[in-house]
Amino acid sequence: MNLHHSDDPRLWNLDTELRLLGLRGAPMSRRAAIRLGLLGSAGALLSGSLTSRVFAAPPPHKPVAKAKSVIQIWLWGGPCHIDTFDPKPTAGADYTGPLNSALPTNVAGMQIGELFPLLAKQADKYSLIRSMTHGNNGHETAAYMVQTGRASGGRDVFPGTGAVVSLFKGYDAGYKGLLPPYVVLTELQGRFSEAGFLGSRYKPFATGGDPGANRFVVEGVVAQGVTDERQRARRELLHQLNTLERATRSGDPRLAALGQCETDAYEMILGDAGKVFDLAQEQDDLRDRYGKNTFGQSCLMARRLVERGVPYVTINYKGWDTHKQHFQIMRRKLPELDRGLAALLEDLSQRGLLDSTVVWCGGEFGRTPKVLWEAPWNGGRGHYGKVFSSLVAGGGFKGGQIVGSSDARGEEVADHPVHPSDLIGSMYELLGIDPEARLPHPEGLDVRAIPSVAADIKHSGRLSQIM
Amino acid sequence: MRTTPPLPCAGQRARRTPRILRTWRFFSSAAFGLAVFAQTPPLVAEDTTPRSSAPAPSPTASFERSGIPRSTGRIDDLVFAKLKHLGIEPAHPCTDAVFVRRTFLDVIGTLPTAEETRAFLKDSSPAKRTALIDQLLTRTEFADYWTMKWSDLLRVKAEFPINLWPNAAQAYHRWIHTAIRDNVPYDRFARELLTGSGSNFRSGPANFYRASQSREPAGLARMVALTFMGVRAEKWPTEQLAGFAPFFSALSYKGTGEWKEEIVFFDAAKLSATAATLPDGTSVTLSPERDPREVLADWLITPANPWFSRALANRAWSWLLGRGITHEPDDLRPDNPPANPALLDYLAAQLVASHYDVKQLFREILTSQTYQLSSVARSDAPAAEANFAFYSLRRLDAEVLIDALNQLSGTTEKYSSAIPEPFTYVPDDQRSIALPDGSITSAFLESFGRPSRDTGTEAERNNRITANQRLYLLNSTHIQRKIEQGPKLQALVRAKSAPRDYLDNIYYTILSRPPTEEERRTVGAYFAARKDPRTAGQDLVWSLINSAEFLYRH
Repeated sequence: MNLHHSDDPRLWNLDTELRLLGLRGAPMSRRAAIRLGLLGSAGALLSGSLTSRVFAAPPPHKPVAKAKSVIQIWLWGGPCHIDTFDPKPTAGADYTGPLNSALPTNVAGMQIGELFPLLAKQADKYSLIRSMTHGNNGHETAAYMVQTGRASGGRDVFPGTGAVVSLFKGYDAGYKGLLPPYVVLTELQGRFSEAGFLGSRYKPFATGGDPGANRFVVEGVVAQGVTDERQRARRELLHQLNTLERATRSGDPRLAALGQCETDAYEMILGDAGKVFDLAQEQDDLRDRYGKNTFGQSCLMARRLVERGVPYVTINYKGWDTHKQHFQIMRRKLPELDRGLAALLEDLSQRGLLDSTVVWCGGEFGRTPKVLWEAPWNGGRGHYGKVFSSLVAGGGFKGGQIVGSSDARGEEVADHPVHPSDLIGSMYELLGIDPEARLPHPEGLDVRAIPSVAADIKHSGRLSQIM
Repeated sequence: MRTTPPLPCAGQRARRTPRILRTWRFFSSAAFGLAVFAQTPPLVAEDTTPRSSAPAPSPTASFERSGIPRSTGRIDDLVFAKLKHLGIEPAHPCTDAVFVRRTFLDVIGTLPTAEETRAFLKDSSPAKRTALIDQLLTRTEFADYWTMKWSDLLRVKAEFPINLWPNAAQAYHRWIHTAIRDNVPYDRFARELLTGSGSNFRSGPANFYRASQSREPAGLARMVALTFMGVRAEKWPTEQLAGFAPFFSALSYKGTGEWKEEIVFFDAAKLSATAATLPDGTSVTLSPERDPREVLADWLITPANPWFSRALANRAWSWLLGRGITHEPDDLRPDNPPANPALLDYLAAQLVASHYDVKQLFREILTSQTYQLSSVARSDAPAAEANFAFYSLRRLDAEVLIDALNQLSGTTEKYSSAIPEPFTYVPDDQRSIALPDGSITSAFLESFGRPSRDTGTEAERNNRITANQRLYLLNSTHIQRKIEQGPKLQALVRAKSAPRDYLDNIYYTILSRPPTEEERRTVGAYFAARKDPRTAGQDLVWSLINSAEFLYRH
């Protein structure tokens, strides 16, 4: 057993301790861990049913985690399914436009869009869900549905997956990392798809800046024009001028919290924690492999973050709302996506991180399979929530599989419809998050991590065939 | 963003530069350090009297006056009696400088300018505190700030998850703003909301029943109970809520020919039950001839009703003191008793006696010694804070904080609404406390705990500091840019005034008080140690903006 791959917070701490002792990387036997008194009941939990689990039915108790982290590549705007993960080369020019062929991959019988030559070589690492559906064509509502697994328009604003993972794998669950447990590269997506009723504590840390620039200026971490020496000097001045703190001698808890937050912040500004954002620490050829652009370097950044234990990283990759100039944009963006995502999968795999990292790539919906040749679109594609695709890899998701399918023209789900909550529920299960766990609701209502079957939301169940 | 400071005498470039350099050299010399703590008379009369002879005044001197607090009226009698009973020593009275800053922030959500602070501190009138309170209660920002507060509770937001729509959110906001500006008595304010009908675009209060997470009678009943009774009806016994729901069962909604317009109306045919039960257990027979909401309003909005006036009195107290007499302020129930029942009864009675004049209630609270206590506690007793033995520290509201940073730096923010398309843009000089719609926002407001206006609970506003917020304030380009490039701060940092005035100006602008002698020495030493006086000045500004004293109401 390699402790590094466990999600149990006690084991994470153990992992940190081992690293401090210079022992990390050497797999520790369970017996050795128990001898050291470090495992306790978690050891028993891990030793037993791991191999005999049946994933098809929701487990009655907290599932055992395979995944530690999630990298969500969010294609904001809605990428076209048939130009990406669900090619339809025989559907005719009105459907394919100029992208009328498909590429074979390194998995027999699995094809992918023609602008994905690098991903074609990594197909054994990921699976494609070609029957995602929710039927909604509005960006905000569809994004909400895909990222929360809930129906839109209800009385509550539900948290997105990142906030839920942050709740169950972040500070409340013993996460001790100095990096925020939920990081978004580089901009927030908006309130409706993030913390919801969990509140600002579970909002992601948005890095700002551009990982593709010469220096990745992370908002709050890197202040351009302020040297480390000046940072230290002015921090000292701040401490000397803290007249109110010295006046409230009894130690107000609010000021204690402020002080703790300051300590944490300086770990990012001056300490080792912030160095994760220094992409210059990576080899040039590896940086090139990811693509020297914002998206490619965001993928590299995401790998660096999960490598340090950050449970949830979102790459907010914009620009997929291609009503006009669709094919011109595809020829520009798809090679970028191809390079960055393929490099990420390969790199994670080579570093042994893919087994513990879920990679989830997709947008809020697909696009109209029939090309809109008429004015004003002149070869564009509209919104399409009836059927679309998602790519999942790692963290316990099998590679080289295809889940569900769309019909010959990519217009309807042909078999095995997958609803957003099915995908999210599967991901939670891989992360060891109990789908029945209660979310802290502001009015104390009984709300679970995944809506129960009784709720008014469509389900098909977990993605057992790829788990 | 402007990068050059506003400099006078445009034609005198050749002469000006050396003078600036001379000034800067002076700042960077040890002489500045000496000059900064030279014993010139302090500016403020009040600060000289009680402790001028003390060799090294304690840090509390900036926040508290010497001497025990004295009761100024019934509120203080009740608070101090309770504290005495508990054996808790109250804090000392706050200084004038603390008072001016605190009342500006609490009453109008706005940082006092250096000029306003100085004018108040120079005023030697014994009644100046009351005069300032009266003046603040009439400021435009009073209506802006309290409309913001009510808009949180009444959920004024164009979209998501409740679709009020932009025009309706604006109409709703405008109605609230007018009511607060005109100090409409609270009983009338509540009745108009409670019985609101008509078009969402044309009638502000009609939106009260649209801004609900549920349009089911029980959901509306919960919302009304929360808003006007300060209770969580979901904690009631099932039959109590079931008896209350029929008051809302005849409420109907319909669209019109105009896009996104909706009419709220009483539909007698929908009346589901003729028997209903008021929250106090009284049975009522509903008739199709009269909107049941009128019947409810007749019961709720009377001096005899135990919930109505107490709920508002408790809220008003919590808004000004930082904590309800019953806490949370909107969770009144028998098993969550008030810390000081006599005080709550008294405030509720005063509200009724003034014919529901909310400003009058504010005024009575603000003029009390209890409100004017220092934030420096003199007791570690766990019950001290819940019994108002000192003024509770509170981080500035997200909106107040960003407005204050803009005001002192001379900068502005961009606000926009992501929904609906087309995107809404607002003018550059918009103050965030006056934003009319919760959908119009900024990354700063989102990160600093602005409420999402989904539930209408007080707890939705989150003023607890987080590590991400701290990081942002300490080191983001957004804040750094305001410090380095904001025209007002540039002018302060580059000013050629005498060192004593230089420091005074920065301190009055940011902390609303003069620096202590110890602070003068600290800053003098810092300037002496730094090579570049401009960056030293920026670092000083940065330190003060990041101090607890700036970030918290105290």
